[in-house]
Amino acid sequence: MATTSDKGKSVFASIDWLTIFIYIALLAMGWMSICGACYEYGEPRDFLSLASFDTRTGMQLVWIGSSMLLGALILMTDDRIFDTFAYVLYAAMMLLLLATPFLAHDIKGSLSWIKFGSFSLQPAEFAKFATALALAKFMGTYGFKLKGSWKNMTISVLLMLLPMALIVMQKETGSALVYISLCLMLYREGLPGFILFLGLSAVAIVVVGLRFSETPALGGLLTLGDVLVTIMILCFVGILHFIYCRPATIREAISEGSATGSVQSIRQRRRLYIALFAIGAFIIHLSASTLVEHLADHQKNRVYVLLGLRDDPSGVGYNVIQAKIAIGSGGLEGKGFLNGTQTKLKYVPEQETDFIFCTVGEEQGFLGSAAVLLLFLALLLRLLHIAERQPYTFGRVYGYCVFSIFLFHLVINIGMVLGLMPVIGIPLPFFSYGGSSLWGFTLLLFIFLRIDAGRQRLLR
Amino acid sequence: MTNDDYSLSRRKYVLGAAAVLIVAIYILRLFFLQLTSDDYKARADSNAFMRRIQFPARGAITDRNGKLLVYNQPAYDIMVVMQEQVGVDTLDLCESLGIDTAWYERRMAEIKDRNRNPGYSRYTQQLFMSQLSVAEFSNFQEKLFRFPGFYIQKRSIRQYAYPNGAHILGDVGEVGPADIEADNYYRSGDYIGTQGIERSYEKQLRGIKGSEILLRDVHGRIKGRYQDGRFDVQPVPGKNLTLSIDIELQKLGERLMQGKLGSIVAIEPATGEILCMVTSPTYDPRTMVGRQRGKRHKELSMDPMKPLINRAIGGTYPPGSTFKTSQALTFLEEGIITPETAYPCSHGFHYKGLTVGCHGHGSPLPLVPAIATSCNGYFCWGLLNMFSNRTKYATVQEAMTTWKDYMVSMGFGYKLGVDLPGEKRGMIPNAEFYDKAYKGSWTGLTVISISIGQGEVTLTPLQIANLGATIANRGWFITPHIVKEIQDEELDPIYTQQRHTKVSPHHYETIVNGMQRAVEGGTCRAAHTSNYITCGKTGTAQNRGHDHSVFMGFAPRENPKIAIAVYVENGGWGATYGVPFGALMMEQYINGHLSEASEAKAEMYANRVINYGDYVR
Repeated sequence: MATTSDKGKSVFASIDWLTIFIYIALLAMGWMSICGACYEYGEPRDFLSLASFDTRTGMQLVWIGSSMLLGALILMTDDRIFDTFAYVLYAAMMLLLLATPFLAHDIKGSLSWIKFGSFSLQPAEFAKFATALALAKFMGTYGFKLKGSWKNMTISVLLMLLPMALIVMQKETGSALVYISLCLMLYREGLPGFILFLGLSAVAIVVVGLRFSETPALGGLLTLGDVLVTIMILCFVGILHFIYCRPATIREAISEGSATGSVQSIRQRRRLYIALFAIGAFIIHLSASTLVEHLADHQKNRVYVLLGLRDDPSGVGYNVIQAKIAIGSGGLEGKGFLNGTQTKLKYVPEQETDFIFCTVGEEQGFLGSAAVLLLFLALLLRLLHIAERQPYTFGRVYGYCVFSIFLFHLVINIGMVLGLMPVIGIPLPFFSYGGSSLWGFTLLLFIFLRIDAGRQRLLR
Repeated sequence: MTNDDYSLSRRKYVLGAAAVLIVAIYILRLFFLQLTSDDYKARADSNAFMRRIQFPARGAITDRNGKLLVYNQPAYDIMVVMQEQVGVDTLDLCESLGIDTAWYERRMAEIKDRNRNPGYSRYTQQLFMSQLSVAEFSNFQEKLFRFPGFYIQKRSIRQYAYPNGAHILGDVGEVGPADIEADNYYRSGDYIGTQGIERSYEKQLRGIKGSEILLRDVHGRIKGRYQDGRFDVQPVPGKNLTLSIDIELQKLGERLMQGKLGSIVAIEPATGEILCMVTSPTYDPRTMVGRQRGKRHKELSMDPMKPLINRAIGGTYPPGSTFKTSQALTFLEEGIITPETAYPCSHGFHYKGLTVGCHGHGSPLPLVPAIATSCNGYFCWGLLNMFSNRTKYATVQEAMTTWKDYMVSMGFGYKLGVDLPGEKRGMIPNAEFYDKAYKGSWTGLTVISISIGQGEVTLTPLQIANLGATIANRGWFITPHIVKEIQDEELDPIYTQQRHTKVSPHHYETIVNGMQRAVEGGTCRAAHTSNYITCGKTGTAQNRGHDHSVFMGFAPRENPKIAIAVYVENGGWGATYGVPFGALMMEQYINGHLSEASEAKAEMYANRVINYGDYVR
């Protein structure tokens, strides 16, 4: 146990340097990708010209430098201020979000950017950490239980829904969806697993059903979508039955006190619920396809393209096809730093923001892009580990929020570039060009590292 | 730790496993994309998509009788791809295009400047020169093979059938960075309506761009069409517009106004359709097309007479005595006067040492002859009696507010909402305005000149014409508008709804009597015709320098077909220019032509020039 005299040193020593190492490695690879995406043939390739401030590469260096400074500043604060000011920060951020559409000037239909001189900031990027802090504070109150308290549940969900609604008003649906990922944190804090399961299976059923709704199967009687959805539902029923209806599980539930009655009666009740689930799933599938069927042709096409379900080389699908070509042409080792051709010819739109992972794929190849993915995985697993070692709920909830947000950005952004996810415009942390997102993610991460660094003192 | 906490903490394994699973799937996907198939590599090496925009034809514009006013004519843009244009003989190129090398250097530097041309890339086509005519282009096309990296893109430019109506029609120019940022539709090098209806109906006129998908190799060379054009989208041409303008009337108006500053606006009272909107000085829209546009625009913007301003909606003037009709209506409705009320006038209005002069006529006069002779004294007394009536209004401020509400209901003080850019609202003062100006101490006498359309009151010629239309309709108007029909689209409902003033229709009948008397034996005698009954009101708006000549009227008295306002800056008496111009315009529109005598008169007026040397503002 440390003594009071070397308290400062012990805080310094309790910083999780492994996370900071991963952070810096991701920033470095991110900057290289920005260089690749913005570079033009024939321009000088030395560091000084790349770092020149009138280029985007130079500007990104400024953002990176200022982010690291911001991170360092946060580590030097007292970790208790985050607990103390959580609600104040949240309220201030919500007011800012509310004001944003009125202050913003319209950039291609989005009302989320506020201009300061020649810079623009996107307040939505800073609402994430404030929401995470408010949730952590609320759920960290003494004696808080999520499971079994409708009031606690409702307030937690409202804390998440408020920034979502405000961001939707700025016409930034992608950024708003991020808050849905916080359900993962709720799951860790006691949200029954089957709710998460129901949500995910509903999304999966709708997407799969629509994706294959135009491929005939079984001699044209049904669509391939119908068949696949049926198979999926049968699998879900099997899994649910296996998990919830085994006598061992039921006995465990009885001993925990979360179920009452005889094994037989509980089992019958649970089977009824599973049957209801199966019927509900079919209804969702049928209503989704009927709904889409009744849309006008151009609207229908829009739904398909927005879901990323249909190749449309003249519209949104163009980006996805170009992204796949860029990544696919990278091969094992890639074409080398600044040597990508697809990105140089500006085939890929938004290549330095939402589609930045294309440049990694093209210039660094399979090895480079797999390395980036593994680095992100390492960061995520480390975040889980740190979150679990928090002595208080406040730190743990905040940590799970950070984990959920990073996971969501990674899954959606890279999934979109790889053609596995719908095209939803959200940045890839530490890679996408722009100061707002970089500052936002740095704040999110370093506040957690600061909270974590104080865990020793709290135990004393 | 309770049992529950323990079972919850096991959930980290579920979440960790999910993260591992997803990353594994993504790495697997990368493996298939990057390592198992050479297909993507081949596509990247040899072929990739390029989307080429196909520009739609802009909508055509016709007048109310179907005469074509604006149409399209082919023009050619010269595009350059920097990467490919190395080694071009610059001198030869400049000679073929009729430009000098300094212009060439400057243009090339502009293209490469990312601040001015944010979408710049060395590999894509950039606009080098725009809007070459067929003649200029054919000369260049013969030599095109000598200039690798230079391409031709077919566009269409606007052409005008008449040299008239420049301010109404407006023009089209290249989009600026702000337009591109505000609307996803535009790309650098596109055109956008910048003035007139080209701007206010840009969305209808521009159509929808189409696109072709081409295959391009890694050096940017076009290799053919993707899947034989299966994904190509044909451009949708812009919608055609029918204007409410009668081009013959517009022509006559512009002819009469030659050599004078001012405006003529005519409205069809029943529909609010603007029949002509003349502003002078004007210019020939045909000189604002193609490459000379920039130079010509600069010349016009430097002209001290400001020919680029549409005075009909962008000029605000004291309405002078035409405004007296609105005063009489207000006093009647408020019960300050009845048609029989007579006020004295001995060469003007005299009260507590203040004098507003008037010309010689009989005294005292009731309302109808007061309008016919345009008696200043009558309306000064009316306003003074209204503003000092403390039984009806507690304070002078309250009287002023009541008065202002009447004016606003007649379409003054705010923009009417015409479908053209650049409309001004004019000025109707309110109580706060005078409280501020006179520190709260003012009376009806202080502001007496507003009753005769002087002082702080200003209107646009459109608002004056609309006053004529409102009187013609006996108490309502439809927001004046210049587009009568849009192809396959409804007009904005504000251009079909009646707006009623705060004055009852029967009071309007008295004013109409006064305006008829003015034509038959008052200030507007020159407008008298035997074919139909004309109603009119002159105005002589006082001004530093020479007075402005104003006329407001409509005809025929029953079922009016045309309401008109004429405003000739520094034209002198209302009867000098205003009345004859108004009469000629109404004759042209109602009869469809001018009689021989009228034609001679029109020619005489067209050749008259007012010397503005001293009054240039």
